[in-house]
Amino acid sequence: MSFLLLIALVVFIVGVGLKIKQYAQTPAPLKIPTTPAPVTQTGVVFRMAREVVLFESLFKSNKWIWVFGWMFHVSLLLAFFRHLRYVVSPDSFMWPLVSNVIVQSFGQYAGFAMVIGLLGLLARRFLVERIRYISSPSDYLMLVMLIVIGVSGLMMSFVSHIDIVQLKMFVMGLFGFDFQNLPESTALIVHLLLVVVLLLIFPFSKLLHAPGVFFSPTRNQVDNPREKRHLSAWAAEKYNDHVDK
Amino acid sequence: MADFETPEIKEFIGIPALQEGSMAHSSPFIAYTDHQEALGYPGELVENWQQVALDKMDDLRSRYRSFQVFLDSCVKCGACTDKCHYFLGTSDPKNMPVARQDLLRKVYRRYFTFAGKYFPKLVGAEDLTEAVLDDWYSYFHQCSQCRRCSVFCPYGIDTAEISMAAREIMDAVGKGQKYCNEIIGKVFTVGNNLGLPGKALANVLEGLEEDVEDDTGVAVKFPLDVKGADILLVTPSADFFAEPHIDGLIGYAKVFHETGASWTLSTTASEAGNFGMFIGSYENMRRVSMRIRDAAKELGVKRIIFGECGHAWRIAYSFLNTLVGPFDFLDQSYPIPQHILEYTWGELEKGTLRINKEENDHMTLTFHDSCNVARGSRMGDYPGGQFDYPRNVIKAVCNNYVDMDPKTTKEATFCCGGGGGLLTDDLMEIRVKGVLPRATALKSVVENEGVTHMAAICAICKSQFTKTLPYYGFTMDQIVSVHQLVSEALVMKGSEQEAELDGTDGDDTEE
Repeated sequence: MSFLLLIALVVFIVGVGLKIKQYAQTPAPLKIPTTPAPVTQTGVVFRMAREVVLFESLFKSNKWIWVFGWMFHVSLLLAFFRHLRYVVSPDSFMWPLVSNVIVQSFGQYAGFAMVIGLLGLLARRFLVERIRYISSPSDYLMLVMLIVIGVSGLMMSFVSHIDIVQLKMFVMGLFGFDFQNLPESTALIVHLLLVVVLLLIFPFSKLLHAPGVFFSPTRNQVDNPREKRHLSAWAAEKYNDHVDK
Repeated sequence: MADFETPEIKEFIGIPALQEGSMAHSSPFIAYTDHQEALGYPGELVENWQQVALDKMDDLRSRYRSFQVFLDSCVKCGACTDKCHYFLGTSDPKNMPVARQDLLRKVYRRYFTFAGKYFPKLVGAEDLTEAVLDDWYSYFHQCSQCRRCSVFCPYGIDTAEISMAAREIMDAVGKGQKYCNEIIGKVFTVGNNLGLPGKALANVLEGLEEDVEDDTGVAVKFPLDVKGADILLVTPSADFFAEPHIDGLIGYAKVFHETGASWTLSTTASEAGNFGMFIGSYENMRRVSMRIRDAAKELGVKRIIFGECGHAWRIAYSFLNTLVGPFDFLDQSYPIPQHILEYTWGELEKGTLRINKEENDHMTLTFHDSCNVARGSRMGDYPGGQFDYPRNVIKAVCNNYVDMDPKTTKEATFCCGGGGGLLTDDLMEIRVKGVLPRATALKSVVENEGVTHMAAICAICKSQFTKTLPYYGFTMDQIVSVHQLVSEALVMKGSEQEAELDGTDGDDTEE
């Protein structure tokens, strides 16, 4: 399991890193912000923040998808914070931030909200004819996988507790390459195996929407084409001969 | 022509149940060999078209970040599925933005992603077959590139970008669209989309001078190719002869006359439209734009102003500086380029124009935001100016104005149904069905608010509405140009209208 987790982490980091590099290096030759758009760079930062934190466009579009989607993503973030207690050493300055009761209890109950959000999204995929039409098997499976990750996590938190001291030794050992045994728990095995799958498919699937949104020209460009000439490298090389005339 | 049923207007814009394949038969005429070759594309479908198409796709995704990011990022959340006017009007699921993108995305996944190469069924990846190419040709010509879906996408995915890429790929394999490619050819050889030669243009303008003088008693000029003029006006060629476009052109001329502006049209740049955008071709878009730079230099003007045209304004505002700039030879104290509404509203604010609003009292107006202006450009110096300028001008020259349902205006405006290179008779069915959401919103204000006329600021919108709204019981003359309203209300110095007003009414009707 240690080995699987490490491989998955490497694939995830390298894969997403390469994708980010690709997005960052591919030019956007034309100004295409969806207007009205901010006319300053600061404005763009705010627009992007509203998009990423509040899902502004989705809110304009469809309240049901927004409710379920936002609930899922925020809960996932809270649950992620709760998990930091397995990685952060008690000696670290981070420990009080991670171990306090607010982060821990919010993170614990967020698990329920996360599963409810995911079930809502899955239900829409089955029930709404238009969304059913555009769904591939992987679209359903991904939701099911996240639901099982959530449910197996909740099981360990609320139904059959596991030996978290042993778990912490396992996780800390993982990063020191001092491999320890996992506590015995089927829920934990399922939980971790699916996290491995999640990390592995991340750079090769629609999960790339996470880095993608930051590179979306319709959202991250400043609306100032009359004031400032925007020119990509390939266009400058190929199509700028009139300038020297 | 009417071998299809016109949809029924309901009280509200509703989401239809899916009817798979209901628009699969809709395809525009294919470009002839000479249309293709004039633009540098193969004359007919090349033998190894699959490979050429895939190479082109690979090339585009390396040069356009939008294309690469949009292909990867869609999570199929469904937010866009009920946003396209063509879907709302046709019920064909492939007209849902995400499904339209997927026609291309499934091929991208099959050939360029790990998941699609090894698990095609799982992720909905598909081989590039002739059937897929036919679907592309059909459904990427049922997209007007209006960007409404991009407003509502949580990642800003713009189907227009995908549809432009698809058309560029189809041009590269030799399967271009006749309407767009023939028109771009005409711009290169004649100077405008309509193929109106310089001599004919001069005749039209001369006729207009006579008409205006007959109407007003004022000798308003429509100058052509005047060297040393201050302003070059670039306007869609439909303004030279189509109704109600031409009334808008008369409006621009009267405003220029009344403000004492020195201006000119140009024979070689007698077209604001630029269909190079519709086919996704940077190169053709640039070549078309270059005529405007060249004309401005040759005539030695100081400013460039664009007439009422939606996609032309998007290109002028957003792309012109990129494509053929910098415009360091123009007067830098004015926006480059400027919209005619920016000019007119500026003059109205300054109070240089005398307006008699009562001239428009027989109408109650509403305004159709053109998609490319609303979501792809700006007017003025603040975000959303493109919504205020036309409304400000209309309200300054008309007493009766009502907005349509806010779900159908401003950034959420519905396309007229004829944009993006679809304004051709061989696509009449999709055009009539695509206007349904706008027709629904218009009908509501007509019935509930007494609206009699809808103003527009785009040559394509005006042509599309006058042709398709009659299918729903409206009349052609209910569509007006914004500058037509200005023209009606403007009281020029020394005009018969001025004499009439001041003779009967004393001196006070000014706003």
